[in-house]
Amino acid sequence: MKVLVCISHVPDTVAKIVLKDNNTAIDESGITYIINPYDEWYALIRALELKETGVANAVHLITVGRANTEPIIRKALALGGDEAIRIDADSTDAYVTAHYIAEYAKSENYDLVLCGKESIDYANGAVGPMLAELLDVDFVGFATDIKLDGQTITIKREIDGGEETDSLSLPVVISCQKGVAEARIPNMRGIMAARTKPLKTITPAAISAVTNVAYYELPAAKSGVKLIAPDQMDELVSLLHAEAKVI
Amino acid sequence: MSVIVLVEHTEGIIKKKSLEAVQYASAIAKNTGTTATAVIAGNVAESEMQSLGNYGANKVLHVADDKLNPSQHRAFARILVTAARQENSTVIVTLHDVNGRAIAPRVAIQLKAGLISGALSLPDTDKGFVSKKSAFSGKAFAFVNVISDVKVVMLAPNSFPLVKAEGSAAIEKLVVNFEDKDFGVKVLSVDKISGEIPLSDAELVVSGGRGLKGPENWGLIEDLAKELGAATACSRPVADAHWRPHHEHVGQTGGTIRPNLYIAAGISGAIQHLAGVSGSKTIVVINKDPEAPFFKAANYGVVGDVMEVLPRLTEALRKFKSQQH
Ligand SMILES: Cc1cc2nc3c(=O)[nH]c(=O)nc-3n(C[C@H](O)[C@H](O)[C@H](O)COP(=O)(O)OP(=O)(O)OC[C@H]3O[C@@H](n4cnc5c(N)ncnc54)[C@H](O)[C@@H]3O)c2cc1C
Ligand SMILES: Nc1ncnc2c1ncn2[C@@H]1O[C@H](COP(=O)(O)O)[C@@H](O)[C@H]1O
Repeated sequence: MKVLVCISHVPDTVAKIVLKDNNTAIDESGITYIINPYDEWYALIRALELKETGVANAVHLITVGRANTEPIIRKALALGGDEAIRIDADSTDAYVTAHYIAEYAKSENYDLVLCGKESIDYANGAVGPMLAELLDVDFVGFATDIKLDGQTITIKREIDGGEETDSLSLPVVISCQKGVAEARIPNMRGIMAARTKPLKTITPAAISAVTNVAYYELPAAKSGVKLIAPDQMDELVSLLHAEAKVI
Repeated sequence: MSVIVLVEHTEGIIKKKSLEAVQYASAIAKNTGTTATAVIAGNVAESEMQSLGNYGANKVLHVADDKLNPSQHRAFARILVTAARQENSTVIVTLHDVNGRAIAPRVAIQLKAGLISGALSLPDTDKGFVSKKSAFSGKAFAFVNVISDVKVVMLAPNSFPLVKAEGSAAIEKLVVNFEDKDFGVKVLSVDKISGEIPLSDAELVVSGGRGLKGPENWGLIEDLAKELGAATACSRPVADAHWRPHHEHVGQTGGTIRPNLYIAAGISGAIQHLAGVSGSKTIVVINKDPEAPFFKAANYGVVGDVMEVLPRLTEALRKFKSQQH
């Protein structure tokens, strides 16, 4: 069984967001990029577990991004995986990203494609289901547990106000969140091994984006906290009622 | 040309957030000189469907197929694409929730459409088709422009207050030619968290952190939540320590919520926690440490011991409610 893990690069959570060019762009100079946590902690680790338990025999990692994203995919390889593919293109639009990944994945006949629940930059969560549509396979989102038995896959996933267990046949695209696996820390051996693992770069036939970010805004600073004495809870209640109008 | 909007229901009762979506679609329709068409599938009473007229739907397309399950996203994508083609629609609206997020991206691919996820504003059609959304874990807003002819929008729940008006909607049957592959997902079991308000839809949320010291003190959170009619949430370490179930964990690695009121008790306000709650309209922080970073993100703050403050707040609410009646 062959598994593909989709890896996206995102600004570090603690990165300070500064706007430039008349608020039409993010100033990237102070930003460090990381592997999208959902991809690293859950999708990738579950794929590695499947290989370690002999269920999968190949784990490939794919990313759509320019050369500056290579350190991210190498870092992912240090955790594990047999080879990586970088599609040399911008990944600003989920529609385009999904097309590039699908184009490659079609030729490789993956049985299982694992994504993160969403990239923490724009929180679209769109690449996974789009990819499933392009590959003409099922998609299950927000998985919290993934079990494989031959060609049948059993997935626990979040639904509106609860959880459900689904069963379906491979091939399938799944988006992963907490529960699917336990995060790991790369070790020295993995980091050394990653240096010599194959990392293919592919130049795709360009596809035009269907969305763009026209401009950004920073949230208005909170006007400052109003402090209420701990023995004045009646006052807090009346503020929530009359001023904030939330109760 | 009408604006298509997918409507979700729970055993025949239309979800409130879907009424928000209908109202939103109808506002887009007004701005672009067209009408709104709601699409609903499964067993729903005629009167329930007609009530969508009160939120601006001119027409309801009903797929009367009771074997449809919301987890069969491919079937729902086909329903929306069928409706959009029949109505010549260029705008399709779903919710940004577990169902919409699996269905809308498929529709976008089929209709070669750009997608806006988690829309917080009506699309600005003077600038193209530009909608506001949260980005970088709440640290910025991005204004996303869709440049394709067809546009798919996933509306963030609880972004617009509902305004009920008088209106009527014509109900029509929608015929959809399903294929076997639309039903590939078999649902083995469903585990609903009964008796509680689902966190993702809640307008009021009471949340506890490590400052509560242990699961034995969660009665304080639950009492307040009950008095308010609120859902309960927690910080990550609390879920990791199994003091509370994982579905309550909010933040960057848990759920993202945007309630009208978020009360955080004994939570320090780490950036990863704020990532999941900073869209809340009003934030109340209760913490014994006046230097806790959460106070910077709060509208109202109480510097004090949660063990004392929470029961007092619950009591004050009880008093307030009895005076209201
Ligand atoms: C990559 C990454 C992702 C993460 N994702 C998340 C996430 O999704 N969600 C999340 O919540 N965290 C997340 N975290 C963890 C986050 O950084 C914080 O560690 C966590 O939010 C702290 O939880 P807490 O506020 O409950 O506990 P603490 O930070 O320990 O804070 C407890 C607070 O309670 C106060 N307190 C103590 N006793 C009392 C009392 N008697 N009365 C009143 N106040 C009291 C203290 O002053 C303190 O401010 C993540 C971390 C990383 C690195
Ligand atoms: N540029 C990318 N390259 C590879 N995979 C991606 C990329 N962007 C997103 N993905 C995958 O799709 C998931 C959802 O991303 P998004 O739609 O950007 O929120 C991520 O968790 C990744 O698994």
